[in-house]
Amino acid sequence: MVYSLPEEVLEHVFSFIVSDKDRNVVSLVCKSWYEMERWCRRRIFVGNCYAVSPSIMIRRFPEVRCVELKGKPHFADFNLVPEGWGGYACSWIEEMSKAYPWLEEIRLKRMVVTDESLELISTSFKNFRVLVLSSCEGFSTDGLSAIAANCRNLRVLDLQESEVMDLSGHWLSHFPETFTSIESLNMSCLGSEVSFSALERLVARSPNLKTLRLNRSVPLGKLSTLLHLAPQLVELGTGAYSSGIRSDVYSSLSKAFLGCKEIKGLSGFWDVDLSYLPAFYSVCSRLTTLNLSYATIKSPDITKVISQCPNLQRLWVLDHIEDSGLNALALSCKNLQELRVFPSDMYAADANVTLTEQGLVSVSQGCTKLQSVLYFCHQMSNSALITIAKNRPNLTCFRLCIIEPRTPDYLTHEPLDIGFGAIVKHCKNLNRLSLSGLLTDRVFEYIGVHAKKLDMLSIAFAGDSDLGLHYVLSGCKSLKKLEIRDCPFGDTALLANVAKLATMRSLWMSSCAVSIGACKILSQKMPMLNVEVIDENGTLDSKLDSCLVEKLYVYRTVAGPRSDMPGYIWTMDRDSSSRI
Amino acid sequence: MAYGERGGPTWFFKSGRILLVGTRERSSQTFCLLSSNGGTFFFLSLNTHFLSPNLLSLPSITLKIVLFDPICLFQALPNSYFLFDFRLTTHRSLDLMTSPLLDVEGGGQGNESLMNSASTMESVFQMNPGLTERNYLGLSDCSSVDSSAVSGISEVKRNNLNLKATELRLGLPGSQSPGRDSDIDLASSTCLDEKLLFPLLPSKDGICSGPQKIVVSGNKRGFSDTVDEGNWMFGSSMVNSDASKSLVQGKFTSNASVNGKISSGTQPAMIKDATSKMVPQEQAHATYGASLNKVNASNPAAKTQVVGWPPVRSFRKNIIATNSKNNDEVDGKPGPSALFVKVSMDGAPYLRKVDLRSYTTYQQLSSALEKMFSCFTIGQCGSQGASGRGSLSESKLRDLLHGSEYVLTFEDKDGDWMLVGDVPWNMFIGSCKRLKIMKGSDAIGLAPRAMEKSKNRS
Repeated sequence: MVYSLPEEVLEHVFSFIVSDKDRNVVSLVCKSWYEMERWCRRRIFVGNCYAVSPSIMIRRFPEVRCVELKGKPHFADFNLVPEGWGGYACSWIEEMSKAYPWLEEIRLKRMVVTDESLELISTSFKNFRVLVLSSCEGFSTDGLSAIAANCRNLRVLDLQESEVMDLSGHWLSHFPETFTSIESLNMSCLGSEVSFSALERLVARSPNLKTLRLNRSVPLGKLSTLLHLAPQLVELGTGAYSSGIRSDVYSSLSKAFLGCKEIKGLSGFWDVDLSYLPAFYSVCSRLTTLNLSYATIKSPDITKVISQCPNLQRLWVLDHIEDSGLNALALSCKNLQELRVFPSDMYAADANVTLTEQGLVSVSQGCTKLQSVLYFCHQMSNSALITIAKNRPNLTCFRLCIIEPRTPDYLTHEPLDIGFGAIVKHCKNLNRLSLSGLLTDRVFEYIGVHAKKLDMLSIAFAGDSDLGLHYVLSGCKSLKKLEIRDCPFGDTALLANVAKLATMRSLWMSSCAVSIGACKILSQKMPMLNVEVIDENGTLDSKLDSCLVEKLYVYRTVAGPRSDMPGYIWTMDRDSSSRI
Repeated sequence: MAYGERGGPTWFFKSGRILLVGTRERSSQTFCLLSSNGGTFFFLSLNTHFLSPNLLSLPSITLKIVLFDPICLFQALPNSYFLFDFRLTTHRSLDLMTSPLLDVEGGGQGNESLMNSASTMESVFQMNPGLTERNYLGLSDCSSVDSSAVSGISEVKRNNLNLKATELRLGLPGSQSPGRDSDIDLASSTCLDEKLLFPLLPSKDGICSGPQKIVVSGNKRGFSDTVDEGNWMFGSSMVNSDASKSLVQGKFTSNASVNGKISSGTQPAMIKDATSKMVPQEQAHATYGASLNKVNASNPAAKTQVVGWPPVRSFRKNIIATNSKNNDEVDGKPGPSALFVKVSMDGAPYLRKVDLRSYTTYQQLSSALEKMFSCFTIGQCGSQGASGRGSLSESKLRDLLHGSEYVLTFEDKDGDWMLVGDVPWNMFIGSCKRLKIMKGSDAIGLAPRAMEKSKNRS
């Protein structure tokens, strides 16, 4: 009898359905539910800004309050997507500014945002609260000034890892003196100095400030001042964590930390000076999140810090932690859910850093709640991977990067197929996987058979033939994002699974063996796909169908070909005939 | 101290080097540069004000150089120093520097209003973008006047100043900046007299004639010069702390001959340039050789590096790089790992990113950029009606990219645009925020944002 319920009641019921998936399902029940649901949808997530156009979104969902958009492919993080590729936010923001006067949140990832767009945001939405620009670029502190000056109800300003042009540290002073609503401010990515007096005043008048992430230029001496002003902080990102030899800095800092009874997360620690580490020991027992990945601290010192933090759930560190530190972590942090270990040297193994597969094995044994792993190391073995898989079948995210491509099992010199096979076999809920090391087509067979919940897969320097890709595309039912580089995968596998691509968000293939002819066929067979070939070197001969493409990006869309492509991108349907 | 009162330059002390960079004045858009590296001057750059195309329409830019006797200014500094004072002719108000020594006019067009200060020792000249398109920002003009300024000094204050110490060079550090002491040694050992060292000695009023300018401009493109003549790099193969005079002599000869080919009939100037190029290189080896060696040793993967691998965000790579740089200074740990900066090229449809840490010399960077943008320069060449694709040799590409058409510039940490090659490599990677290959003719102007910045700062 559901259909007889009055609209208001149904809308109220719908308001409790938060997951996008469930909302989508609800809208498919019947026409009236579709109508009702679209009028009360407040939150939109668009995983690819070219999969849909702003006007389509606005037409269907007229009352949206929160929009999250993603732009460039994930490999853009690693410099594989050329500059100028696209992912421009301006058209979205322009259209939303006309259609959604009550928009409250904008979250953008890997998009190009201009100062003009930020100004438009600041003036168009009367009740604007949340701006998250994650790995974005294209704007400057001028745009931030506009946001600060005009968004009177702003609660969150998060510039996580964005590339901001630093024109002036004075943008903070544009927050009006009456502005007190800020709850979260993350400016850790900014390079230049910020006006400390403006920051100090802002912190002082913001009783709800829970998250504050400073940038490297805020000196340690000022940190205690800020902490005294905001003892309610829950997440703190420090600035530079060193300060000459001044005992007064240390004592005032440790006193300030003593006063912070709410802190659960710490990050920052740029230019860390070890002698100041004990200053925050007083908050360690409460910490659930600790990000030391910008701090070059050696193993014994990291171990000392970690042993103070029994409640850690998330830990990001450099490989300076070494096996010994990870052993200590396994013993002391029983609630650990996420571990990321980043390399301190990108290219060469540092002989002084002993981080091997053993550290990860220890953690997998000791930390029973571990779900998410990102691990950079120089050696791995099948037996270690099998042990990890058996220890932690609850893993949902497993990203292993053995830094030297095509590194075999260092004990047996065999491929790591069995090891990764064990991971996908035992971890039934795995939704994200990154492969590395020497791998043959066998591992993809395992993945295709077992990884039924895999959502995102990253492959590099792996496989022997088309078969590998075929296993993945035909087997991984839930796969949405597939990114491949430097693998011998080609036309056959791609064309045999064209229908699969329509169920995925995107496929990236660079330095593989896909020909331009296959791209044309793909495009013809699947008109709902945008098939974009990135040809930076201008070497592509589109008449020669056997010519291999350098980079291929395929994504599903309801918006048709995009109009903002740079010159080095070829789309198949038109260009192949018209361009020479 | 006079500087302090005028708004204050910024001092950077770094491992024995002293750099004095930037007096920015709101009123006159003045920008001053002064630097010393244990006896070597580095001409750092024009600042941003001149590098944006926005003010291309301005008729000309006046460059004023005031020579100091520094003893009265900076007790800490061992030698004489220059203050460069660039200003737009539209701002003619003169802030006279202290203890000026020389008054020279150079360049083509009149700057009468600036010439009224007969008692001051300024060298003032004009850079007209339209006329000097083929040079780095028309810097050849300044460099020629530099020489003239120096020569002027030599007449005015021969006793007080070390001449070579006051000679100003533009271009690649080490390749062109003179090292005073060794310069003298070399001069004596190679029987070059001062006339050879200063072959451009102009008439006493200090006005440079046209041909001389051209001569100098041919030599002042430090970056491309050094690229074309691999010998002149800081390359590891050249890191011989005991670079003997015979070696020096040999290099000198080859260099001179190369230059001679470029423009014959200007040998004296070339010789002068070659010698001055030679010596600092040696010196630079002494200064930077050790660190370069270290970088080379700790970064063996420079050649095998795969783009985008390992999959670490550029943002994080940069953080790690700067972290390890700090470590370097603290405990001598092995070198940093990566430093990504963007590279754009005027007219090119796309940008690139390069990892500066994977290169150890300007030459390596240059050839990498060549490869990256070569397809584009080929197109450029075709459009200019140059010879067909097949006959395009690598050196021609090089010419296109690094020759007169394009200028490689970088933005430093302060947001100022400078010429690549103006500072030592290590200093360059320490301060470079991004790179731009711009048309030489566009490289003159005034960046409004830099103006804002300087306003905000002051």
